Amino acid sequence: MEMPTPDASILARKPQIVARLEAVLPPGAVISDPMETRAYECDGLTAYRCQPLAAVLPASTEEVAAVLRICHEERVPVVPRGSGTSLAGGAMPTADSVILGVARLNAVLETSYDDRYIRVQTGRTNLSVTGAVEADGFFYAPDPSSQLACAIAGNIGMNSGGAHCLKYGVTTNNLLGVTMVMMDGEVVELGGAHLDAAGYDLLGVVCGSEGQLGVVTEATLRILPRPEGARPIMLGFDSNEVAGACVADIIRAGVLPVAIEFMDRPCIRACEAFVHAGYPDVEALLIVEVEGSEEEIASQLARIRTIAERHSPSELRESESAEQSALIWKGRKAAFGAMGQINDYMCLDGTIPVSALPMVLRRIEELSAQYGLEVANVFHAGDGNMHPLILFNANVPGELEKCEALGADILCLCVEAGGCLTGEHGVGVEKRDLMSVQFSPVDLSAQMDVKDVFDPGWLLNPAKVFPLAASEARRAS
Amino acid sequence: MRPGTEQELAEAVRDARGPLCISGGGTRQGLGNPVTGELLSVAGLSGITLYDPGALTLVAQAGTPLAEVEAALAAEGQMLPFEPMDHRAVLGTSGTPTAGGMVACNVSGPRRIQAGACRDSLIGIRFVNGGGEVVRNGGRVMKNVTGYDLVKLLAGSHGTLGVLTEVAFKVLPRPETCLALRIDGLDDAGAVAAMTVALGSPCEANGLVHLSGPAETWMRLEGFADALKVRAGKLAALLSARCGVSAEIIEAEPARAAFEGFRDLAWAAGQPGDLWRVSVAPSAGPALAARLRAAGAGEIVFDWGGGLVWALAPEGTDLRPALAGPGHATLVRAGPETRRALGAFQPEAPAIAAISQALRARFDPRGILNPGRMG
Ligand SMILES: Cc1cc2nc3c(=O)[nH]c(=O)nc-3n(C[C@H](O)[C@@H](O)[C@@H](O)COP(=O)(O)OP(=O)(O)OC[C@H]3O[C@@H](n4cnc5c(N)ncnc54)[C@H](O)[C@@H]3O)c2cc1C
Ligand SMILES: Cc1cc2nc3c(=O)[nH]c(=O)nc-3n(C[C@H](O)[C@H](O)[C@H](O)COP(=O)(O)OP(=O)(O)OC[C@H]3O[C@@H](n4cnc5c(N)ncnc54)[C@H](O)[C@@H]3O)c2cc1C
Repeated sequence: MEMPTPDASILARKPQIVARLEAVLPPGAVISDPMETRAYECDGLTAYRCQPLAAVLPASTEEVAAVLRICHEERVPVVPRGSGTSLAGGAMPTADSVILGVARLNAVLETSYDDRYIRVQTGRTNLSVTGAVEADGFFYAPDPSSQLACAIAGNIGMNSGGAHCLKYGVTTNNLLGVTMVMMDGEVVELGGAHLDAAGYDLLGVVCGSEGQLGVVTEATLRILPRPEGARPIMLGFDSNEVAGACVADIIRAGVLPVAIEFMDRPCIRACEAFVHAGYPDVEALLIVEVEGSEEEIASQLARIRTIAERHSPSELRESESAEQSALIWKGRKAAFGAMGQINDYMCLDGTIPVSALPMVLRRIEELSAQYGLEVANVFHAGDGNMHPLILFNANVPGELEKCEALGADILCLCVEAGGCLTGEHGVGVEKRDLMSVQFSPVDLSAQMDVKDVFDPGWLLNPAKVFPLAASEARRAS
Repeated sequence: MRPGTEQELAEAVRDARGPLCISGGGTRQGLGNPVTGELLSVAGLSGITLYDPGALTLVAQAGTPLAEVEAALAAEGQMLPFEPMDHRAVLGTSGTPTAGGMVACNVSGPRRIQAGACRDSLIGIRFVNGGGEVVRNGGRVMKNVTGYDLVKLLAGSHGTLGVLTEVAFKVLPRPETCLALRIDGLDDAGAVAAMTVALGSPCEANGLVHLSGPAETWMRLEGFADALKVRAGKLAALLSARCGVSAEIIEAEPARAAFEGFRDLAWAAGQPGDLWRVSVAPSAGPALAARLRAAGAGEIVFDWGGGLVWALAPEGTDLRPALAGPGHATLVRAGPETRRALGAFQPEAPAIAAISQALRARFDPRGILNPGRMG
């Protein structure tokens, strides 16, 4: 992975920079010993590592502003960090950068059930937002699988999704407002408890901007009343085509499940071996979940069953109890862990039009054979967000590179099929150099214009999102 | 100018000598601050480019009549989730609303409270920037975090950052039917309290409107017929227990007609005066309404469970000071003089205004796209 050459003058000024940061933060909030900064050398994309200059852990918006003012004056790059679970290297440092971690900003500031929002500091974890309101019958909808660990800060940075976004949308659809500190230390408020922007939808642009436009310290999030109940049905098919057709038919019939998850045979087998969820050995497995009152669940599942039966499923298992529901989900939820048991794996995240599913799966199979690396597929079928998992052995020289090349080919296939490089994990460093596959120079230029406006010095989260060659002139000026 | 292709449109913008006034169907030209410039019509870029009902996606050229989009969706039992209003009656305009005009104004109706705004369903765009270059962002898939989200930025930018040439939507199945609960005689606070109970319950009410004139409070439920009856019964029981009110259940046809009227502001059509639209936190709605009345407002209607307050006011009255807190007030209908004097949009905080100005300077360096429309 090519990264810009670290700025030698910044490396040389480390003591002064650290001293200035220590002067504005409480004791213990500045980490500069290389033994300790090691904890920040990578995020969830562990293949790439780099020690930062230092890491800071401010505990208030004012402290964040103070840090940014200093870094702005010293021309030091800053990498915002939530919990560091990014799978795209979105929070990966450069050697001349300061990691700004928001982990200490984790308070609930305000909860309004009348207006159905919660305002939190962004270091708070995703799951603990729901935790703060569930006793009162509410929840925060976006539910990335990493929700126990990942922070709202990173969710906003990546515009993260989850299994239930077919019905509830992703982060951007559930974010009402933020407090954000600009690189020069200025604090701005975008949105709030009211809906929609007065002028341009800057909140919409900030969400998913991968920490490159400002540091988000507080967020107003939409909370929703918890549905009365939810229940899955599991459907097994002898071919991916038929499973794909069944998904399309369910959607066209006007039933809107909260989740439609798809697993192919390699993935089913791995999960089954790992957690023994009782999955049948079929070509393709669908887990379809519906929500509502008991009567509504029953009537929706009946409709889905009727549709599925037209496609002659080899397996049809409707949950009849909480235990059965848990068992149906158990394998799916363990999918990544199961892969980790077998092998090293790389998790891709492209999105395709649902109708292109059979074609894309067939091509992935061909590519997999061509590279000699196994690929297991698990994905959110309702919205076309695929997670092909490429299995490889990191100890075999050259396999990581081979795996990366296969990954790039699969992502290009997603773009070719009318989709995109990343549905929820973000570009980070991982897909940075593939951006020109999906976008023309003019398309990228328009996005970089936004970067220029928010962060003219290009100091926030350097070397992410845009191919280095494309951004070179702007970074230099 | 009325180019017939994106390429011609791009050339027209590139070769423009002065300001351009962008028009779709011309039905909402009254929206925003008045603009003078050579007319650039997008109506020539018309037609649905792609419709994949099994993937819940529809892509259309920006000049496509909205009616054509809605008819295509209806034929497959689908719809635009955000229920865009038709501004013609209330603005007294004629013509054909277009998909691009709707996106440029981020038009969203009563269902916005549950299903999101136009910007939430918009998944991809193509536009021509002020330099005459064609830019693409987003795509045709509903989950996409590849690069910055300019889709959101352009939605509601009123033609000041680019001329939209193509727009792509995530669509939804059209509910089988609907029902409404109607409660008469509640004051503003009582109505917002009742709507809050509904929105805080799992009943999934997705249209919550309160007319304060002769007081009527309406709550719409949508879904499959069998399930709806049960849900309506539960909601009525809940309202009775929590608010002590009794609700009448309104059948599908009259409920649908009523919400079409609410969506298009039928109550304000043909009424004299300026029309204001204020977005606040729902619980702030009743007190806001009282201040609006004190400032001279006449008829007031609440949508979005109390968070969207529509108000009629005598011509030239500045209702904005009544906002007195977070939110924003837009002057939706008024003569050019008033719009010039009061500004159509809520003034922005200086830091935000500076960002907006800088974005305009980047996307439209010559300042020729609807100059002044948004400030
Ligand atoms: C201040 C204001 C408040 C509004 N409030 C509401 C509201 O509360 N609720 C609601 O539902 N709707 C609202 N609207 C939306 C809007 O009026 C629409 O009704 C719309 O769909 C018009 O369609 P049209 O094709 O006739 O557009 P037109 O009337 O031709 O144009 C409407 C606006 O969009 C621009 N425009 C049109 N086509 C394009 C294009 N292809 N690319 C870029 N810009 C374009 C025009 O320059 C003009 O500014 C508001 C608009 C404004 C300006
Ligand atoms: C096992 C596993 C499962 C996962 N499942 C999912 C899933 O289902 N769906 C999904 O979408 N993702 C998933 N992810 C990816 C990851 O969890 C998400 O991207 C998550 O939102 C990252 O949050 P974080 O707090 O760890 O952010 P980090 O990794 O710390 O940062 C992510 C990005 O946000 C930026 N950022 C961080 N803090 C701020 C801030 N305060 N202001 C501005 N920008 C900031 C960073 O610079 C970086 O670009 C998964 C990851 C793992 C390891």
